[in-house]
Amino acid sequence: MNWKRATIAAAAAAPIIGLFAWGMTRDPNNIPSPLPGRAAPAFALAVFSPGQAGLARPVGDTVRLADLRGKVVVLNFWASWCLACRDEHASLSAVAATYEGQNVQFLGVLYNDVPDKGTAWIMEMGGQSYPSVDDPGARVAIDYGLYGVPETFFLDANGRVAFKNTGPVTPGMVRLKVDSLMAAAQAAQAAAPAATQGLGDTAVPAAKVRSGR
Amino acid sequence: MTKTRAWTRAARTAVVVTLTAVGVRAAIAQAPALPAAPRNAPQDSGALRVQVQGTLSVAQQNDKSLEAATKSVASQLRCPVCQGLSIQDSPSELSQQMRTVVKEQLAAGKSEQEVKDYFISKYGEWILLEPQAHGFNLLIYWLPTLLVLGGVVFIVVIVRKWTAAPTASGGGTPSLAIFISGSAGTPSVGDDD
Repeated sequence: MNWKRATIAAAAAAPIIGLFAWGMTRDPNNIPSPLPGRAAPAFALAVFSPGQAGLARPVGDTVRLADLRGKVVVLNFWASWCLACRDEHASLSAVAATYEGQNVQFLGVLYNDVPDKGTAWIMEMGGQSYPSVDDPGARVAIDYGLYGVPETFFLDANGRVAFKNTGPVTPGMVRLKVDSLMAAAQAAQAAAPAATQGLGDTAVPAAKVRSGR
Repeated sequence: MTKTRAWTRAARTAVVVTLTAVGVRAAIAQAPALPAAPRNAPQDSGALRVQVQGTLSVAQQNDKSLEAATKSVASQLRCPVCQGLSIQDSPSELSQQMRTVVKEQLAAGKSEQEVKDYFISKYGEWILLEPQAHGFNLLIYWLPTLLVLGGVVFIVVIVRKWTAAPTASGGGTPSLAIFISGSAGTPSVGDDD
């Protein structure tokens, strides 16, 4: 056996085999989004499914992201034709119900579907605790860089995209993300008065401090 | 008598001219209040047709350039729900909606690069079918060239070894068939040392 030739051939083949092996470990559908860490794209969408008592919004009401500032927002893109959306629907609806009365807004966004079909699907699935809005022309979906459904975005209280999940969410993951974002918002709220008080010693007007944040 | 008749004729002419002038001035003064001439009025139709045709041709020209720009940008953007298709070529609903966004943004005055930047800010550079030539991406552009050059150098070296004159030690130049088969006991390029 010619060891020198075998070594050269192996050295030439190894990077190519390594590249293919690395490629096999990657999910081609899992493409990192550039949005986390950035301000969430604004939207104003009309409610077509009101949700259930406590979390309900009237049908036809316009939900604006700007009005939700100060709340943690869970934005779930779904469609009645989406099979994977069935997997997450019941658990997501149940988790949302447990946050009733807290500073969290769950919102379903209908993607490339008809509101009537969406409403029928919700009824078929046994209801939905949180409201759903329609996204005509998928404008908001494109603004959020959507690849498909279901996709769920977790927005922090400052209106920034904190995390994006592609595929069905699990109850544990939703609770973990929402709780951590709520804790961060509470910590920021607690720190804000202390900072204002500390600055008050240097005779800076409180109004000026607030406007500068 | 003749003189009187001439005066009379002159006075009548003066009156007619004066009345005509007064009438023309009054007509001009009232012109804005007059109803617009019908579209098929023979004296205005030519100018109107030229104006309409001019407007239409400018609009058609703008429409054509907008379509061309939309096609150009859409051909460079990847369809998010397809495999290796641009949003120009994909029949998917999302691609059609993205094409509409492209067209609207171009019509609103954005440049082609600004529209592409919008999609990059939403989907990342993955959305471009052809990666931008900077940073790590340069490897994609340079690697094929480097591989071709390396191959040429490799071939030149191998051919020179095959065609080298026999050494003083009496070793013969291996033939191409022997090199490829690599038969045991036969001299080859790898065995030279």
